[in-house]
Amino acid sequence: MSSSSTPVIGVLALQGDVREHLVALAEADALARPVRRPEELAEIDALVIPGGESTTMSKLALLFGVMEPLRARVAAGMPVYGTCAGMIMLADKILDGRDDQETVGGIDMVVRRNAFGRQNESFEQGVAFTGLEGGDVHGVFIRAPWVESVGAGVEILASLHEGTEAEHIVAVRQGNLLATSFHPELTGDHRVHAFFVEMVRAVSHGG
Amino acid sequence: MSTNTPSSSQPAVGTARVKRGMAEQLKGGVIMDVVNAEQAKIAEDAGAVAVMALERVPADIRKDGGVARMSDPNMIEEIIDAVSIPVMAKSRIGHFVEAQVLQALGVDYIDESEVLTPADEVNHSDKWAFTTPFVCGATNLGEALRRIAEGAAMIRSKGEAGTGNVVEAVRHLRQIKGEIAKLRGYDNNELYAAAKELRAPYELVAEVAELGKLPVVLFSAGGVATPADAALMRQLGAEGVFVGSGIFKSGDPAKRAAAIVKATTFYDDPKIIADASRNLGEAMVGINCDTLPETERYANRGW
Repeated sequence: MSSSSTPVIGVLALQGDVREHLVALAEADALARPVRRPEELAEIDALVIPGGESTTMSKLALLFGVMEPLRARVAAGMPVYGTCAGMIMLADKILDGRDDQETVGGIDMVVRRNAFGRQNESFEQGVAFTGLEGGDVHGVFIRAPWVESVGAGVEILASLHEGTEAEHIVAVRQGNLLATSFHPELTGDHRVHAFFVEMVRAVSHGG
Repeated sequence: MSTNTPSSSQPAVGTARVKRGMAEQLKGGVIMDVVNAEQAKIAEDAGAVAVMALERVPADIRKDGGVARMSDPNMIEEIIDAVSIPVMAKSRIGHFVEAQVLQALGVDYIDESEVLTPADEVNHSDKWAFTTPFVCGATNLGEALRRIAEGAAMIRSKGEAGTGNVVEAVRHLRQIKGEIAKLRGYDNNELYAAAKELRAPYELVAEVAELGKLPVVLFSAGGVATPADAALMRQLGAEGVFVGSGIFKSGDPAKRAAAIVKATTFYDDPKIIADASRNLGEAMVGINCDTLPETERYANRGW
């Protein structure tokens, strides 16, 4: 972050619910702007990868030369938050993707695409989110992925319990990378975005 | 709890937020008509955000004539199995049993479509009764709001499907956007009369006046055949595009599909649109809408 203390946070605008993230970030006191080109990546302090269709996003990121510079910035420590398709993009490994589907990677996790099912199984539900005050986050899960397994360095921030048995991880953090299966940008509750903006500020201030 | 969103530990399916939210995820994307698994894969490879499974593309429905109905469940299931992206399918207007069947098949979105022969000339389906979300066509704001009142979670401007001619798509999108802009300028006293004039519920009219947009995602459809057509609809305010006959009735479908995807994302970058438009082979031939008899205009179906 240059002179101002307001972080500039890009939203990857190749496809997906970009507008909702721009609004949520602005309300969480960040300067938000859409990013589609490699050169635009150089001008931001952090990035949100929105919900959308991960196969489309991945293809366009490769086609327009965004994938490699994005991987480089992630490796250099740029904070990134991914929702739904964005979570898939941040996974080191994915299941049920297309055979040739590439991700940005960065979080040591295995993510299963469309794990909660098709649109008829899409749902909303309260989610207990570690580190957030003010009660449950309202989770909107749309053809959502879940995290199948994580490596040692990954902090689990939220899980859903199905009956008494299965537990599905739906929010994680590893270093400067944050990912949720669900869409806080669709709810009007911007606490998760504010949490991310704080992560960005901490990095920028060398914290 | 400090949030204003009701939160529950029990999952709720089929809510308006989940239905409308699904369409939000499709924004900036291209939804392509496909008639078999092979075409569906080509669409997915090209970067489509979803496919529309149907037995005949609109250009062939025009050519063949007769009654156009919901597709064979086997064919829809083959397409669902072939791709990992969302699959939509069409029911006839007012044919809520076709819609029930599509929901049972597990399609991700139902298009209650004027491209098929209407089953009811008075009533559209009650879309609130379904877990599966619906997209509906509209030629103007009043029509869009009536569909939303019936439960539609996404709107597409109708255009004239199967013509390869973008003129009606432009007309309908401009009409909708123009009427929204007009509402923005009204004071509260005028919104009641506006609702009466639009033949739409006052609450929805007031919501549009405040938001300056529809409360659901707005795509464009009906006549998009080239990358520049897709970018035109985006610049006119469509949040994404449906492409029907334009892709698989052209000379090189895979190449044209990928080109339309590129131009839809970079709709405001003429250099990228130019590059995407090179050497695409034959576009679909197209029909001059002026010479199309009233009875063959699909946009007149639905009200």
